[in-house]
Amino acid sequence: MVKKVIVEAMINGDPVELLCEPRQSLLEVLRDELDMTGSKEGCLTGDCGACTVIVNGRAVCSCLMLGVEAEGATITTIEGLADGAKLHVLQQKFLEHASLQCGICTPGFLMSAKALLDHNPKPTEADIRYALAGNLCRCTGYDKIVKAVVDAAQTMLTGAGSGHGTVPRQSASEATSDMLGKGEEVK
Amino acid sequence: MHAINYESPRTIADAVALLTAHGDKARPLSGGTDLVIQLRAGTRRPDYVVDVKHIPEMTRISFSMQHGLRLGAAVSCIEIHENADMRRYYPGLTEAAHLIGSLQIQSRATVGGNLCNGSPAGDSTPALIALGAKARIVGPKGERIVPVETFITGPARTVLQPGDLLVELLIDAPARHSSDAYLRFIPRNEMDIAVVGVGASITLDLDDDRVTDARIALGAVGPTPILATAAAGAIIGKKLDDAALDNAARLATSVATPIDDMRGTAEFRRHIVGVLTRRVLTIAAERARDSEQR
Repeated sequence: MVKKVIVEAMINGDPVELLCEPRQSLLEVLRDELDMTGSKEGCLTGDCGACTVIVNGRAVCSCLMLGVEAEGATITTIEGLADGAKLHVLQQKFLEHASLQCGICTPGFLMSAKALLDHNPKPTEADIRYALAGNLCRCTGYDKIVKAVVDAAQTMLTGAGSGHGTVPRQSASEATSDMLGKGEEVK
Repeated sequence: MHAINYESPRTIADAVALLTAHGDKARPLSGGTDLVIQLRAGTRRPDYVVDVKHIPEMTRISFSMQHGLRLGAAVSCIEIHENADMRRYYPGLTEAAHLIGSLQIQSRATVGGNLCNGSPAGDSTPALIALGAKARIVGPKGERIVPVETFITGPARTVLQPGDLLVELLIDAPARHSSDAYLRFIPRNEMDIAVVGVGASITLDLDDDRVTDARIALGAVGPTPILATAAAGAIIGKKLDDAALDNAARLATSVATPIDDMRGTAEFRRHIVGVLTRRVLTIAAERARDSEQR
């Protein structure tokens, strides 16, 4: 009896149309319908931030948004952060500063950091810590993550400004590609 | 999550028609930061979820010194914080909205939803009550205006009846030399539920520095937010000196009915009510003195 709903959204620059059950969260739609498994399921209550994506320019917990609410939205997920083989500066700096161990929280941290730098290219360390307060890390700790975002912000300000750097060492890139959500294709 | 139907009406009339047709089987959806969790946990099991974010009246902030504020019930907390009128004229309400959850939560969560969720610990509700906000509700029998201090009737219970929709919150334009403030106590810096929250608004006569009007509202220290009428009454007509602040703190503490729980004991909460009452009154008064332009 439940009506399925056709949802059209722009995801990582591509128009996407899908048939969605209203009870599915945006996170479920991304992971289960679109096979975009970079966004992680953590707490499912909006506390951990592992599922963070950017919707219409704002970081949101995709576990707390229904997929049907994405109608007409512009969404960026972790899969849209790198430009092909070129990692985003944030991803590169996370590697350089060893800002991840298990990597489960990393896509969410990267998307929160991206949303921050999109709004505020010159954040203070306090700004960064505030913007990342909705993302929990239980193994690496926060200092390395904050240092990576500080470095990324400075690099993006002084660099070409595209946000995309050079390809890092191949081994590092391959080893962490899954954690950073690369290697996922939109169906 | 159980199966639900999703509707996204474009007008208040359509939304109320849907909510009326489905009665207690329907639930309005604004930011979803409470509702989606409740759906997943099975603590609310509506058959219909009525998304109200496509209704223009519910998603706008409209302010003028002549008409005051109309704050759509589905305006997100981050939009409130980004709005220059909100920050300038209602700094206490704005800071309350800006300390609800993380930025991810503030991107979705709404002050209207915070109110309808009916939590005694919601941060924005004492701030609304302090400002004398009124809730405009449209339902099957028409429209009614309810003072926010009477909106929540118990934990997770409100005056809303099946078919009713909270459309917007109405707040008067700030009086000359008035302002507001909200503070909460939590044991960490961000991202926690209030152990105690206190909101206040104050109006001063700068000629003799006396208080001409005040409202104080308490959160998380009773089954509903509490309008501390006697505490505010005790400072009206007085200079806001230490004696007046002590008096207000004592009277605010006396109407708090907190419980012991994992976040704090009743005794500790009563103490914090007094501390925060002094602080919010002091901050609101400083802001009121600085509001020369009004």
